[in-house]
Amino acid sequence: MKIGTLFCGFICALATTAVHAKSNLQLEVTIPRLQVAEYHQPYVAVWLENSQRKVTQIAVWYDIEMENGKGEEWLADLRQWWRRGGRKLSFPIDGITGATKGPGMHTVDFDLSKSLNQLPAGKYTLRIEAAREVGGRELLQIPITLPIDNKVLPLTVEGNTELGLVRLSATQ
Amino acid sequence: MFSKKIIQTTLLPIALMLVTAQTNAHRAWIKPSETVLSGEENYVTFDAAVSNTLFIPEYVAYRPNSIAAYAPNGNKLTLENVATGKYRSTFDLKLTQTGTYRIASASAGIRAMWRDDEGKRKMWPPRGQSAQGETFETAVPKNAKELRVSYSARRVETFVTLGEPSTESLKPTNKGLELVPVTHPNDLYATESAEFIMLIDGSPAAGAEVEINRGSMRYRNQQQSINLTTDENGNFSVTWPKAGMYFIEVSYEDDKAQAPATKRQGKYSATFEVLPL
Repeated sequence: MKIGTLFCGFICALATTAVHAKSNLQLEVTIPRLQVAEYHQPYVAVWLENSQRKVTQIAVWYDIEMENGKGEEWLADLRQWWRRGGRKLSFPIDGITGATKGPGMHTVDFDLSKSLNQLPAGKYTLRIEAAREVGGRELLQIPITLPIDNKVLPLTVEGNTELGLVRLSATQ
Repeated sequence: MFSKKIIQTTLLPIALMLVTAQTNAHRAWIKPSETVLSGEENYVTFDAAVSNTLFIPEYVAYRPNSIAAYAPNGNKLTLENVATGKYRSTFDLKLTQTGTYRIASASAGIRAMWRDDEGKRKMWPPRGQSAQGETFETAVPKNAKELRVSYSARRVETFVTLGEPSTESLKPTNKGLELVPVTHPNDLYATESAEFIMLIDGSPAAGAEVEINRGSMRYRNQQQSINLTTDENGNFSVTWPKAGMYFIEVSYEDDKAQAPATKRQGKYSATFEVLPL
């Protein structure tokens, strides 16, 4: 399992470098492979909060395939994200929402560098929340200071249950 | 040796007292299946019952005919799939608008107690019934012994929200004892504190007694009640110790009743969900 994750991480990182050539910030989120009888891919939200809890949305992965927006019915299970602005939004959101993803390391498809460069200098928290049907919920955070100093990168945090390694790094 | 008779005579009054105390403590509640919902539209199902143990229906069903649901824009909604069982009533509510819905049962009126010529205690309206056909004027003898007339208001409610919480449906009617949220009732989280204002007929209800209990009572030995009193502005705040479904009970009494009543009473209760952070 570990080897598989590392292998995917390597391949994904390569692929991302090619696609996001202009971007020099990259966020990767690992969804762990779980040994459970009934597995559903988790809903995941990624957002940035300033010290006043003003939110910049980065990514929301949910069941976008279901008819009549039925998949939106479980967005509230991402409890913190829902409270921190998710409930104000209408779905889907261009460039933010995407389909759920299975086990492995996934690169967030959002121009982080461009978005973060537009924000005022200061302390922020990058939050990553995952909630899984018939499973659990986990919330991770990475404190960051803007403008970001590439020397502090990569910044990582590792989940215990619903999330694996989350990594914010610079690409050359 | 103790005779059986002595034990019986000693125990009986105690048993009766216990029964009486329990009868007074019965709580009427409306409990939603969920309170914070997402989606274009969604459903919430409700249980309504009168019981001691929160939120376990074990005494009598709450009659659903007095329960009304209001959409975020104030429109009255139809309850779906209404059914009454032995211990609880159940109904569904379809949420189609974004915002906060109020599900409530409220009543207010004059109540009189007196003794008739034979010294028997009388009540109007009769216990557990509403005044049918009769008015205070026709039903209550004005020169009766020990006549006490009070105005009492009662409200039992809960709230659910689809999407972003709204406040239109939370506006007080300025009748009876009501809760005005400072903290939105569908935005409550464990370890955080929440603030509310109690109003009696639209004015601050100072010195009202507040009792807060968390559900799942059956699975713990102590009630762990939180007891508070509202300040001069009718205000109270509570820090939620844990996530769970909570029951808030507030009672208020003063002598500022309109004639013929001399005493004004208000009873308020609500079911609030507190989510884990």
